[in-house]
Amino acid sequence: MTKYLSARDIDWTILLIVLLICSVGVLQIYSATRDTDSTSSWWKQVLYVAGGIVLMWLMLAVDYHSILHYVPGLYIGSVTALALTFLLGDRVYGSKRWIPLGFGFHLQVSELVKLVIILLVARYLTDLRTDDLELRDLLKLAGLVLVPTILVLKQPDLGTAMTYVAVLFACSFVAGLRWKYIAAIAVVAVLVVPVTYHFLPDYQKARWVGFMNPEGDPQGKGYQSIQSQIAIGSGSMFGKGVTKGTQTQLRFLPVPWKDFIFAAFAEEHGFVGVIGMLALFFVLLMRIVQNAQTAPDRVGMYICMGVAALLLFHVLVNVGMVAGLIPVTGIPLPFMSFGGSSIWTFFMALGLVNNVRLRRFVN
Amino acid sequence: MILPPADPQLENQLSGKPPLRDDTRFAAGRIAVFQYSAVAVFLVLISGFWRLQVQNPEFYDERAQANSIKSVPIPGPRGRILDRDGRVIVDNRSSFSLILAREQAKEEHLRPIAQGLNLDYDDLYARVARMRKAPKYVPIVIKDQLTPGDLDFVESHHDFFPELVLIQAQKRLYPLAGFLAHVIGYTGEISEQELDQPEFARYEPGAVVGKFGVEREYNDLLMGVDGQRQVIVDNRGQVRQTIGIKPAIPGHDLKLTIDMDLQAVAELAMDAPYPELGIDHKNGAVVALDPRNGEVLAMVSRPAFDPNMFATRIRAKDWREIADNPDHPMLNKAIQAEQAPGSTFKPFVAIAGLETGTVDPSWTTHCTGGVKLYDKYQHCHAVHGTLSMHGAIVNSCDVFFYTLGAKVGIDNIAFYGDMAGFGHKTGIDLPHEREGIMPSEQWKIRTYRQKWYVGETPSVAIGQGALTVTPLQLTRAIGGLAVGGKWFEPHLVARPAGKVREVDWNLTPEHVKTVVDGMYGVVNEGGTGGRARLPNVEVCGKTGTAQLASYDYINSVGKGVELRENAWFEAFAPRDNPEIVVVAFFEHGRHGPAAAEIVRDVLAAYFDKKARIQTRKQVQAETSARLGLDLPGAAPAAPSPGTPQPAPQP
Repeated sequence: MTKYLSARDIDWTILLIVLLICSVGVLQIYSATRDTDSTSSWWKQVLYVAGGIVLMWLMLAVDYHSILHYVPGLYIGSVTALALTFLLGDRVYGSKRWIPLGFGFHLQVSELVKLVIILLVARYLTDLRTDDLELRDLLKLAGLVLVPTILVLKQPDLGTAMTYVAVLFACSFVAGLRWKYIAAIAVVAVLVVPVTYHFLPDYQKARWVGFMNPEGDPQGKGYQSIQSQIAIGSGSMFGKGVTKGTQTQLRFLPVPWKDFIFAAFAEEHGFVGVIGMLALFFVLLMRIVQNAQTAPDRVGMYICMGVAALLLFHVLVNVGMVAGLIPVTGIPLPFMSFGGSSIWTFFMALGLVNNVRLRRFVN
Repeated sequence: MILPPADPQLENQLSGKPPLRDDTRFAAGRIAVFQYSAVAVFLVLISGFWRLQVQNPEFYDERAQANSIKSVPIPGPRGRILDRDGRVIVDNRSSFSLILAREQAKEEHLRPIAQGLNLDYDDLYARVARMRKAPKYVPIVIKDQLTPGDLDFVESHHDFFPELVLIQAQKRLYPLAGFLAHVIGYTGEISEQELDQPEFARYEPGAVVGKFGVEREYNDLLMGVDGQRQVIVDNRGQVRQTIGIKPAIPGHDLKLTIDMDLQAVAELAMDAPYPELGIDHKNGAVVALDPRNGEVLAMVSRPAFDPNMFATRIRAKDWREIADNPDHPMLNKAIQAEQAPGSTFKPFVAIAGLETGTVDPSWTTHCTGGVKLYDKYQHCHAVHGTLSMHGAIVNSCDVFFYTLGAKVGIDNIAFYGDMAGFGHKTGIDLPHEREGIMPSEQWKIRTYRQKWYVGETPSVAIGQGALTVTPLQLTRAIGGLAVGGKWFEPHLVARPAGKVREVDWNLTPEHVKTVVDGMYGVVNEGGTGGRARLPNVEVCGKTGTAQLASYDYINSVGKGVELRENAWFEAFAPRDNPEIVVVAFFEHGRHGPAAAEIVRDVLAAYFDKKARIQTRKQVQAETSARLGLDLPGAAPAAPSPGTPQPAPQP
């Protein structure tokens, strides 16, 4: 089949937008780390992006249908790897997420598992061969997704765990989950949240309290949220200029090159910059959805929708968090936040989308 | 463009499975819902940024500035306190305090830090542990007044212990051993109660203000205005950049009228042992004034306290020691001790008798060792025989003054006592002055709702009874009498001549002369004050021995120190045109003459210094005349009559 493939068919719009976002990200990382011990982060990020493009290319080479054959193996491998993270992982900031690969590199397994979840959900839903998703099938699928989710929750990494659920939910929705089930799930969620609050670890409780009432403890629980909002608000309409953001440069903003990179960007580039960046993300998202619409079959569509859901969820939670709309949850902003695992995961996800796109006329 | 599967029926025909439904058209609606949801999500996000960046940017900009722009106070140094010759009595010194910034503090650092700074580890640990609940940005002061060794330690370990932060502070440096302590007072951090008082209304919490003495009275003058340095700090409080400086304005120096030489002599006189009573130091007070203008030349109160203990935080143990001391070191006895003046009051009774015309200077009475007045026999301390007023003052005859007092009457005594300032605050520029009691018929009715009993008058006439005075009151009173009836408000900070409040009462010069001559006799004619005699200076004085209780009562309880008589001595010199008046109040000194020695030392120091200065000026004038110089300091000195005037320059 490969002979029909042509580089012309790659979604160049997506690639262009993503490289734009990555460039802004690199610039922002440069600006935010200028005065710290991590001044080398920006060119590391350039290398990560380059590696990401290569990985994306590799993802194109194999027909996504053949990748789907390996889903059981990938799933078992993922669960094993997540379990191994417990045993071998390095504890950073109080949670075990990284497996040391040697040479100073660490792999965040839970990031790559996102792709496995997308493939798993896509294959499972396709194999149902129905236009409606029955509750029984949904529960089976949810059971499969729940195993890695719980393993990630235990790390503890609530943000990443929630991305798995988001993918599951979005794809089930597209697969025809009845509205009454959706309503039931919503009701159950509303009822369960206050109960789960009591089972949350203390730092999660603190984040929730900090979100509900940041001024109650401005130096403690509410600190990150308040400082982030100050950074964004003081950026005003046009921003303070690259390397001129006081909140970023004087490090009042926590980790402005990772989870809070968008606050740093908003401070230095203002509302205009924010609109621009959000527009890029929106167009990117819509391009991915379009690829889902033009997918040649259901598996391709589910894959694209899974990637779209993943992206949307990341943007919503990360950007909502820095703007104080959502409690603080540590998940990175795709293509912008510093970090190899996140960059590679999303480039590989794009690779999957393009893989589907390349084969849209082939059947 | 969506291509339909080639043959949807083919697979299930071959495999028997349910028909493969692989078209994606069924999901179009759901994908559209997803798209609308995405639009909604982005709108919500944008609205969040709109709220922060477009609606309230000023609010957040202010807070961003509040984060990073900090005002570091530059302390405006307090004014120094100088003596009348411009010598420094109270100065400032810079000192460093060490702060533990807890954002970076590590518990395992505490032990090496404690070792390096000679602090007790357990003490330091307890202090840090106590602050654990407080917000992180509240710093802990771990040491005040760092030694050079401590500073070296902090500087050299900056990289290891970034949590150690030095701040500079100005500390008050007071003279040692409580020199002039009661006049100077001390400073301290403004208290909650003081913040509510109008006197301190303009100060902020945390300000260091005068608490006592001149430090308090002239606080507004002495206090500097703190400057500010605006700096940009990062999240660790490290200064990145200075963006503005408002310099501090130092406080005004305060020049006192105190003469350090006299003050030192007076303090040494009080601190010297008094073998006659077997004590190694004296308690009480000494005041020296210039009767011509009310300037206070020396003021001593004993026992004293060390103001340096208050300059930093006073330790609880030290404070208890001071507060529990039965001799009240924190009391400025010169203005706060209200005691019976004893015979030192007699000159005022004498002037009352003369001025009212009740008696004339030649009036005499006969002392047989006692006199019966108003059905009560009053003792004298000796049998004096027939005495005129002169003899009565010289010998301090009680019978004479009992009789005179009874003749003059309490209201006349009170009138002239009032004139001399008894019963009123002198108005000295120190806080907490007391006013004493000048008894009178009115006073008795006002205070006790009782009529004055004439039998009380004789006691008042010899300075006992309800009469109480402060040493400063007595000094001012006798000084004003000595200069002929002009009482100036005593003050510690020099004022221009017209600005001193004065009470003018032109007493008849012969009457004043009678009293002054009597007081001259006390010192120089074998009277009770012979110990105050000085060669070449005509010293006039009067002793006082003030009973604290009746002898009957004392005999009944045994002679304890607490009830031993207070010794007083008041003196001025020279006899004509007095320049200095001194009062010594020697608590439990038993006899007035005991206090006379103290006064003599002060007077001797005053006239010694005066003579030395005059000699020096004369030598300078002669030298400059001989060399044909025109020295500004030496020129105004009055050349002695024999010295030829410098020849006018051609």
